[in-house]
Amino acid sequence: MSDPLGGLLAAPPSIVAAGVEVFSTALRQQGVAVTDVDWRPPGFGDPEDLAQLALDPRRAAANRVAVERVLAAGSVLVDVRPAREVLDLPDRTLLHSGPPLTWETASGPMRGALMGAAVFEGWATDPDDAERVLAAGEISLDPCHHHRTVGPMAGVTSPSMWMWCLQDPASGGQAWCNLNEGLGKVLRMGAFNEEVQTRLAWMRDVLGPVLSAAVRSRPEPLDVKAILAQMLQMGDEGHNRNRAGSLMALRELSPSIVAVDAPSSDIAEVLRFIGGNEHFYLNLGMPTAKLAMDAARGVPGSTMVTVLSRNGTEFGIQTAGTGDRWFTGPANTPVGLFLGDYGPEDANPDIGDSAIMEAYGVGGFSMAAAPAIVRFVGGSVPDALATTERMYQLTLTENPAMQIPIMGFRGSPTGIDVLKVARTGWLPQINTGMAGRVAGTGQVGAGLVQPPQQCFEQALAALAEESRAAV
Amino acid sequence: MNDSQGVRHVFLRSGVYADSVRLMQVSREIGARDGVSAVLVAMATPLNLELAAGMGLAPDGEAKPDQLLIALTATDDAELTAAVAAVEAALAHRERSGDVQTIPARTIGAGLADATDPALAIISVPGPYAAAEAADAIAAGRSVLVFSDGVPVEQEIALKQAAHEAGVLVMGPDCGTAIVSGVALGFANVVRPGPVGLVAASGTGAQQVSCLLDAAGVGVSHVLGVGGRDLSEAVGGLATLDALAALDADPSTERVLLVSKPPAAAVAARVREAADRLSVPVRSAVLSVESPDLTAAVEALLGDLGVAVPEWPSRPGTADAVPPGAVLKGFYSGGTLADEAMLIAAPVLGDIRSNTPLRPELDLGTDLRAAGSVVVDFGDDALTVGRAHPMIDPTLRLEAIAALAAGGEPAVLLLDVVLGHGADPDPAASLGPALQAAGLPTVVALVGTEGDPQGWSRQADALAEAGAAVFASNATATRYALSLIGDGHE
Repeated sequence: MSDPLGGLLAAPPSIVAAGVEVFSTALRQQGVAVTDVDWRPPGFGDPEDLAQLALDPRRAAANRVAVERVLAAGSVLVDVRPAREVLDLPDRTLLHSGPPLTWETASGPMRGALMGAAVFEGWATDPDDAERVLAAGEISLDPCHHHRTVGPMAGVTSPSMWMWCLQDPASGGQAWCNLNEGLGKVLRMGAFNEEVQTRLAWMRDVLGPVLSAAVRSRPEPLDVKAILAQMLQMGDEGHNRNRAGSLMALRELSPSIVAVDAPSSDIAEVLRFIGGNEHFYLNLGMPTAKLAMDAARGVPGSTMVTVLSRNGTEFGIQTAGTGDRWFTGPANTPVGLFLGDYGPEDANPDIGDSAIMEAYGVGGFSMAAAPAIVRFVGGSVPDALATTERMYQLTLTENPAMQIPIMGFRGSPTGIDVLKVARTGWLPQINTGMAGRVAGTGQVGAGLVQPPQQCFEQALAALAEESRAAV
Repeated sequence: MNDSQGVRHVFLRSGVYADSVRLMQVSREIGARDGVSAVLVAMATPLNLELAAGMGLAPDGEAKPDQLLIALTATDDAELTAAVAAVEAALAHRERSGDVQTIPARTIGAGLADATDPALAIISVPGPYAAAEAADAIAAGRSVLVFSDGVPVEQEIALKQAAHEAGVLVMGPDCGTAIVSGVALGFANVVRPGPVGLVAASGTGAQQVSCLLDAAGVGVSHVLGVGGRDLSEAVGGLATLDALAALDADPSTERVLLVSKPPAAAVAARVREAADRLSVPVRSAVLSVESPDLTAAVEALLGDLGVAVPEWPSRPGTADAVPPGAVLKGFYSGGTLADEAMLIAAPVLGDIRSNTPLRPELDLGTDLRAAGSVVVDFGDDALTVGRAHPMIDPTLRLEAIAALAAGGEPAVLLLDVVLGHGADPDPAASLGPALQAAGLPTVVALVGTEGDPQGWSRQADALAEAGAAVFASNATATRYALSLIGDGHE
């Protein structure tokens, strides 16, 4: 051994100190370089649980495995097919965002979306009938996440909706997401009126078949992950801002769309619809993140978060070390800016599977890539940078594929560590849309939100319990 | 345009584009004005036109999505004019991009991410939280010194096992003294660099040994603390073994001295066995009934090095009249030095009671002012709760000296004064007057070097001035105190 203790005995060390200041002062008087950590007691968690996890000999390797799987995952668009063909759903089942919920506990926009989907599927004659059918429990509800699916906002997915079919070439994993409807009065925001039904029918009859034919005709499947990487260089963060990504997706798909054997008026309408929807890419980005996070599912000893998700009532998370178990708490209401004369009192609590983007290290975690987003809460460019800086301290790795130019092309902060969340006391930062709290309203604004601490408290305790049993 | 709700302004502008976030922000800002009841500043997209219509603010005529819609309702014309001006001002506003905030690291892991190597983590957070910080350092491939006490022993073991696998060292928990490549950590003295490496399960023991070596002109390469529990049966010398191996591989270390209180027998054997396999010679300065003397261990090491044992620095005291029947009152700040004093004094004076006794039945309990020969360790954890260590805060010990003088029990007072980094910047300043006021025959073991911020001679002179006999060696000081008592017996 020529270099014992990593060279510590060969030259005066620099010091990183946590705790009492007097020791650092004495070192500075000797001319030693000292970095003081801004240490404070953990934000939550039993000290013995924290130590149990910190000292679990499996943790480092398990988190490394989890992180490697996340980083290795790719995402290519292989098909567009109706949900009934790709999801093996029992009859009269609707998928929704977030952790499991019942009609009784569903919020306004979730109810609105479920009602709209029931009418769309012909399971009810009108919204009132849909409400009755749903309240009677005649339609089963199941989380998207239980079906390798994600859905923005209410995330309500029904058999007749067309799904993006994405595949991870690395693991062979698959993930699905429905097609984005655009902004305003849309089903995912809880609207269900005639306008919504008309659009859904058009998406079913025109948009879906055209996209399906176009995607199938491409010589190479579309690399959806590569678009996400480029978006971060173009002012998008991939959750609340998908402008560049939507245009790039349109650019990639349009030659194939134009070549589809369909009336030119339909082709024109499809192109106009995609071009007019700044969030068109979101429904491709989400299953991309889902593929990566699902790849890290089921790694015993890992403290990495695999799912961040909300159903409008509760926020739920899952971790790589605890499989499919949900840890939930009441969803917070986002803070932000409102459309028209809507105000904070009109906003529903946090909703949607789209926080999978933050679990993957983009969205709020890559806020520095899209400083425009912090202005939702009156923040400044330095605030955007500070948010991303903080998220680096919550995460296990930096994703070299997702670089943030203003951070010196540092990779996005990726892989939320439950242990680091507890120790820093900082909660993940999520960028999100806001749905109106009354069913039928639609979108009322957009803003920023954090998960409730309870989710992480439960996850920490469960991980510690699993660790004690295993070690 | 007037109506019952006030005045409306609905206007479409071409050639202006602003981000929708910016526009929502402007809408909110203008909407907050007292005289404004409704406002929508937005690009004239179909969605926004619908919203405007819902608010009764639809523009007349054809609107295009690349036009900016400015629509608002105000209470009167003056308010409307002001609000429209405010919209223009808000749209024209350009945010100054300020300095990038730096976010301080909240954990050792985050702090080490940008550290220059070689880097060492030092941790003094409350004991229950220390393991997570130390684990960060190990995971980052860096050694760590844990000052914190109150770390559960299972956590200490787990940390040291992980460190062993990672090829790094955990010094501590409850490690107060170390010197690494010349950097003094915690309570440590300014000693010259040299060939002797110390592995220390005892902080003040390491300070005594390194200071005596310095006085003999021999320097130390490193002082690697391992924490007081490392040589216990439970921990099994994990850090001691790693520290020995590291010093063995260190080109600047030619001799090793292992400084400890009595270890668990099985552990001592294992350590001895490991030490014998190293190429560097390892000598023990391990206190026990059989080998009660750190100074003797230093002298033996000097012999190994072929260095003549010097006359250890001292100052004569003025105590020539010790009353007959005097007892020994040892008031210590260093635990190992207190042990050494008891081990040396017991064969002469018989059993000595203490708050840190050599045997459990000699426990003083809470009565630190008990009659008879007594050694008190004021640095014991039970006496430092809620106050600084006596090497920093002398209050408790000064009170005990005053109480002893007032009590009138004939006694010889034996004290340690430890100098160096982290210690009281001028201990003689408070102790000298206290000794003078007490007027007791006093012997001081002054542990330090000339290079220490306090200066050995400066402190020694001041304490001698106050009447104390001063010795650089605690063993010598103890024997001198015993000789004074012996004189009194005659």
